[in-house]
Amino acid sequence: MQTGNTQPHDHPLVPYRVYFMVWGALIGLTVITVCVSYLDMKHVTVLTASMIAAVKGSLVVLYFMHIRFEQRIYAFMILAILGTYAIFIGLTFVDYWYR
Amino acid sequence: MSNGSVARTMNSHSQHAEHHDPAAGKIGMWLFLFTEVLLFGTLFIVFAVYLQKYRFDFREASSHLDKLIGAANTLILLTSSLTMALSIGALERARKSLAQGMLVITIVCALAFLVIKSFEWSAKFSHDIYPKSEAMLLKPVGEQVFYGLYFTMTGLHALHVIIGAAAILIAMVFVQKERTRADRITFLHNTGLYWHLVDLVWIFLFPLFYLIG
Repeated sequence: MQTGNTQPHDHPLVPYRVYFMVWGALIGLTVITVCVSYLDMKHVTVLTASMIAAVKGSLVVLYFMHIRFEQRIYAFMILAILGTYAIFIGLTFVDYWYR
Repeated sequence: MSNGSVARTMNSHSQHAEHHDPAAGKIGMWLFLFTEVLLFGTLFIVFAVYLQKYRFDFREASSHLDKLIGAANTLILLTSSLTMALSIGALERARKSLAQGMLVITIVCALAFLVIKSFEWSAKFSHDIYPKSEAMLLKPVGEQVFYGLYFTMTGLHALHVIIGAAAILIAMVFVQKERTRADRITFLHNTGLYWHLVDLVWIFLFPLFYLIG
């Protein structure tokens, strides 16, 4: 994507309906995650809740925060920070389990 | 007289030469957001470690939080994220009053979130549930840790909601004065990014505190 700063927008305008669809999906996923929490699933409760939250979070980052429409560099930066965070999590749990 | 005209010239010159670099503004904002991610991320790691250690206490304590109030606040924040995105879309299309209307709704949602959150906290306080209270010290250690993290993380998040609402208010003034407009939209873009991050943090806070019981 070649862009110049003389352009007011460096990506095409996102139609309003895209935002409404993302919002609808987020509301739907919230209803699902609350309903699922009433099932007593013991060990997988936290896992399912986290996975649904990850899907919702991805929708927010990709559409509301425009990463889907930005230059690739932003997606790479986000992956780098998530990788760094994963290393923090890994090191913390290695320390916690093997101390 | 010549001094005055020089001052005027310099003044108008500095206004024309005011630095404007949308790409740098956006990258800078993202770098700041990454520090916020790591700030909350660290607290989530603490939560995860203690969840492993005190699984039953965490479930017990979580079951005393009201899922429906948490869900209502989630719906409010998700809606505020929608109106924030719509506001930016409107200003990109140079529709100033639509953009401002959407910002008003966003702020109303932010205030509604804070009001509900404060009722929730006061209900806990009235049951003598706050860090180091007498009732709290009688609870199992795991529950004390859970509530400690609950007040710390939702408190830090609420602080972000307040800062976000203030930023949106400033954005409204800038849009009104047309200092922020279709061809100079960076301030509104960055305010929007911040607001979506606030929403993003809550998307993870809500299930981990309210839905594991």
